[in-house]
Amino acid sequence: MAEMAANNEMPEVLFWVGCAGSFDDRYKKVTVAFVKILNKAGVKFAVLGTEESCTGDPARRAGNEFTFQMLAMSNIQVLNMYGVKKIVTACPHCFNTLKNEYPELGGNYDVVHHSEYLQQLINEGRVRIEGGESFKGRKITFHDSCYLGRANGIYEAPRHVLEALDADLVEMKRCKTKGLCCGAGGGQMFKEPEAGKKDINIERIEEAIETGATTIAVACPFCMVMMTDGVKNKEKEDSVKVFDLAELIAQAEGL
Amino acid sequence: MAIIQQILFLAILGIVGWLVFKRASLIRNTILLGRDENRTDQPALRFATMLRIAFGQKKMFDRPLIGLMHFVVYAGFLLINIEVLEIVLDGILGKHRLFAPFLGSFYTFLIGFFEFLAVGVLVTCTIFLIRRTFLKVERFQPSRHREMNGWPQLDGKVILLFEIVLMIAILTMNAADTVLQEMGSGHYIPTGDFAFSHFLKPLFANWNETSLMIYERFAWWFHILGIFTFAVYVTYSKHLHIALAFPNTYFSRLTPKGEMHNMPDITREVKIMLGLTDTDSNTSAEENAIPERFGAKDVPDLSWKNLMDAYSCTECGRCTEACPANITGKKLSPRKIMMDTRDRLEDIGRIMHVNDGKFVEDGKSLMGDYISNEEILACTTCNACVQECPILINPLDIILQLRRYKIMDEAQAPAAWNAMFQNLDTNQAPWKFSPGDRFNWAEKLRNEV
Repeated sequence: MAEMAANNEMPEVLFWVGCAGSFDDRYKKVTVAFVKILNKAGVKFAVLGTEESCTGDPARRAGNEFTFQMLAMSNIQVLNMYGVKKIVTACPHCFNTLKNEYPELGGNYDVVHHSEYLQQLINEGRVRIEGGESFKGRKITFHDSCYLGRANGIYEAPRHVLEALDADLVEMKRCKTKGLCCGAGGGQMFKEPEAGKKDINIERIEEAIETGATTIAVACPFCMVMMTDGVKNKEKEDSVKVFDLAELIAQAEGL
Repeated sequence: MAIIQQILFLAILGIVGWLVFKRASLIRNTILLGRDENRTDQPALRFATMLRIAFGQKKMFDRPLIGLMHFVVYAGFLLINIEVLEIVLDGILGKHRLFAPFLGSFYTFLIGFFEFLAVGVLVTCTIFLIRRTFLKVERFQPSRHREMNGWPQLDGKVILLFEIVLMIAILTMNAADTVLQEMGSGHYIPTGDFAFSHFLKPLFANWNETSLMIYERFAWWFHILGIFTFAVYVTYSKHLHIALAFPNTYFSRLTPKGEMHNMPDITREVKIMLGLTDTDSNTSAEENAIPERFGAKDVPDLSWKNLMDAYSCTECGRCTEACPANITGKKLSPRKIMMDTRDRLEDIGRIMHVNDGKFVEDGKSLMGDYISNEEILACTTCNACVQECPILINPLDIILQLRRYKIMDEAQAPAAWNAMFQNLDTNQAPWKFSPGDRFNWAEKLRNEV
């Protein structure tokens, strides 16, 4: 972003990478896949690089409003300094916070989740599903992320993206508004669960495996971790794979 | 004799009215203990929401069969009130079937229609009672959900029993009435048979006029006294949702479910710390005052809408049934959060009642004495409970305010969260990575190009 600003250029969109997308080895692959898609589609985009900070979502949900607002304010300062108008992010938690919670603190942007953005690129013909792996006949189930679905009412965009793959889309028993959480939201990602009889991600992965899908599609870095751990727990790593939407599109494009 | 009945009726009506008024005032006053929150924007949208969700019961129809059965009871309750109005007027004026002479044959049709509803209510409530008592509906089981132990479980059955008995009273009363009409008993205005109660006439076949009159009067008094008792009972019961569902949906939040409300006090602090304060001399000392508490420890720290939510909850448990923490055996139950909030409000109401309407500290608080830290820590903020509630109650909003208190005021966070906060404060990421490495993911791409 700094480079573009120095050259007096404005990107079409700012890609908000998020902490998981920047640091988590598994999710870095999603970041790379999404960037490849954007590059191939000829989207003029920018990233904040080292100027990006956590949106503050985990702090806020855990109850630490101070830390949240410190992070939010400094992010808003950076974003406003560059005059950012449109943001796309692959993380529903970043998406929700940037979209719904930054305006009250002085950060007003047009924020979209990468599932919506991918759908738009596909609809506009800027992304063509060709040249890569064929998904025909492959059974895919989509795990709704709470912060995309219930929190923001986005259920169809990720499914439209998957439909573009021409795969066999199967739904879990609990899906869309009834979708079961992966267990990581609300700061749970960063602590051990409370005592109970089962871990939430195990409950969810059992449901996903029941569909007979060989691919579990996710659209959230936390869901990615929880579902991947679930698959490992069930010793199904060989037969069931967890991928983000962007990775699946990149595979289908041969990127 | 008639005049004594009239006086008695008026006296009872007065007492019942007074009792309901007292209870309603107390409930209103305890709700108003809550923090201010503006929920009056967009009245048109609010009104439409109320019509759709409360009046039209949209969310109940997520489960079509139960939705339909609930609708039968609801419609019956709502419309039979027109007949109750006649009964009350009869009681006050010492008349019998006041509307009959004005409406003629339409009256017979109307009462027949009410009987149709009454039979609907009777059958449905009986099924519901059997379902509650014998079918093991998971969300009602005290063995699985500790908040259902004792009174809540009994309350649910008492309400159904009330409705069943009231419907039996009105149907048999009508049957006895029409038998008396056929006998030509003077006081009983001829209306002809009603749609359903005439099937009950054989019950009274061999009764003489006096016994019939005694039964008819007994059923009349039993029915109306039952309704009066029920009116008072409802204010103490989970059944209060029949009234509060309407304002509760009207004042429900219209923002995306994922949005948490801001804490302006903290925004001010943070702006000062970051040197972002507008040097606006208009900011009064009052605005700059540091709040005595962050988040919510007790019910007065919650918003009035959270408290209305608590009184509106009818303990159906759809929230708990959908809660991922509860499903996997954690202590958290969103229904219990609402019930605890109401219990605390009722306790405060009792304190206010004996202290001339003032709340005197009793050394207890919602957080700690009613709701434990373990419960609120188990929440994944997934909004499933909010999504499920048929009358738009928001348990998550309460949980998050309690968390804010626990973390910011008492500084009691699990060690892992403290580590996360520390990472955020120093590295601007929840994990221990150097901020300078944030862009390293791009190296892989650079190498490929």
